[in-house]
Amino acid sequence: MSQQSDDLYDLYRELILDHARSPRHFGRLENATHEAAGINPLCGDKLRLYLQIDADDRIADTSFEGTGCAISVASASLLTDTVIGQPVAAAEAYFESITRRLTGTEPADLDARLEKLRALDGVREFPSRVKCATLAWHALYSALHKHDQPATTE
Amino acid sequence: MTQPQARTTLPVENWRKDFPILDQSVSGHPLVFLDSAASAQQPQSVIDAVARYQQEDHANVHRGVHTLSHRATDAYEGARDKIREFINASSRTEIVLTSGTTESINLVAQSFCRPRVGPGDKILITHLEHHANIVPWQMVCEQTGAELVVAPIDDDGQLELDALRALMTDDVFILAMGHVSNALGTINPVKEIVAEARQRSIPVLVDGAQGVPHMAIDVQDLDCDFYAFSGHKMFGPTGTGVLYGRESLLDAMPPYQGGGDMILEVSFDGTVYNDLPYKFEAGTPNISGVVGLGAAVDYLLSIGMDRIAVFEQQLHDYMVAALSEIDGIRLVGTARDKASVQSFLLDDIHSHDLGTILDHQGVAIRTGHHCAMPVMTRLGISGTARASVALYNNRDDIDRLVQALGKAQQIFS
Repeated sequence: MSQQSDDLYDLYRELILDHARSPRHFGRLENATHEAAGINPLCGDKLRLYLQIDADDRIADTSFEGTGCAISVASASLLTDTVIGQPVAAAEAYFESITRRLTGTEPADLDARLEKLRALDGVREFPSRVKCATLAWHALYSALHKHDQPATTE
Repeated sequence: MTQPQARTTLPVENWRKDFPILDQSVSGHPLVFLDSAASAQQPQSVIDAVARYQQEDHANVHRGVHTLSHRATDAYEGARDKIREFINASSRTEIVLTSGTTESINLVAQSFCRPRVGPGDKILITHLEHHANIVPWQMVCEQTGAELVVAPIDDDGQLELDALRALMTDDVFILAMGHVSNALGTINPVKEIVAEARQRSIPVLVDGAQGVPHMAIDVQDLDCDFYAFSGHKMFGPTGTGVLYGRESLLDAMPPYQGGGDMILEVSFDGTVYNDLPYKFEAGTPNISGVVGLGAAVDYLLSIGMDRIAVFEQQLHDYMVAALSEIDGIRLVGTARDKASVQSFLLDDIHSHDLGTILDHQGVAIRTGHHCAMPVMTRLGISGTARASVALYNNRDDIDRLVQALGKAQQIFS
């Protein structure tokens, strides 16, 4: 396979397609304590992230709903898998880590918990799609910080 | 649109070789450019005309007494005359050179409408419009208290003509409509609609950005009051455009932008504006761009717009047939009369994913809402993939498109 072909299969690897087709924790969370929208209007990616944070500052439950390209949906699904059960502080750290990794020139080291997110690495070869991958994470940040406006990565 | 009976052997290869940019590889594959509706490529003759002007003739226009200034002015005004002839306007005073369709429409909105409309007045547009033919009118409505009214479309992407007629009421100040939908390819029956509007004394502005590249335009025959289009969609340089306006209307309109060149005399006691069309051309224009636009007109006329229209229609038919055979394809924009622009969706695959995968096969299409969000909302979708065909495309390009779509299906299966 040519390098370019490798890149494409890197972007749309099995894990991504699986999460895009069958997103985990998909749907509205009735007893959410925090929530935020992530919208890239020019792109058409639109999602809502829900968090249920308990008294110990832990993300007891999480879910998301919305529509968008395979990258944005897969990223949101992987996000929910990653943060569920985690302390808020850890989730904040994951946000920093993953957004730096996807947008920076030097891949930041990944916490063991974030191993699955390596699946998103392929997006670095497709600059116009990075915003699709980071949208859910910015929605996470907005939700944790109780921002009023929807998050956007455009 | 009836097809002419002549079956000319179309010298496809001759046209394609005029466009040097097509001779390159993308992601290891020969480029297949199917995004002319976003911006068309420029033939060598246009590139050469611009370069030659910059190398040999450039100076500021209209103001100088030296030789280069005369040559530059002749080149610039010569292009204006070519454009007048290209769209069969009756006078060069009706050809205002702008930076594009968007500026042309803003000019009419601010200069023709804004001074005269207020609460109780209506501005009528359609649900098919590109944002350039929506937002300037929204702005005028906000500025003046006038109301924006939108004529509906059906699920095929055609204007509902009875509904449009019913909306042409006494309080409508202007009707602004597209000639051809950039998102769906629908060709609107402009001449017929203009005739009905004129019966009701409603002036009509036509957004011709997608009209001019695909067919011969005769503004006298259409009888519209304004016709706006862009150079870069008709194989000319970016940053150029035209507003055709009926002379009596342009005459009565106050200038849109102030500055040099649009005046005859300036003093602090008063300023006298210049005659048409210069009244609407403030500042130094995009001279080299306009020279290129003139060369684009020459290029198109050397082939003939009718011949181009036939070629495009045949290739479009081939593309639609080929796409229709793909299991899981959904054609979006299925009007009876269409230009060579086709939107579509494939299975559940998001159009952006399609675009990325196609780019990886060297195939350039456009994805998203195509600056026509209301159209997408009306059809219940967030966006589409769009392939648009021009005179430099061929059946090979369509075959490659289909192949690449097959690969996308493979990846997502």
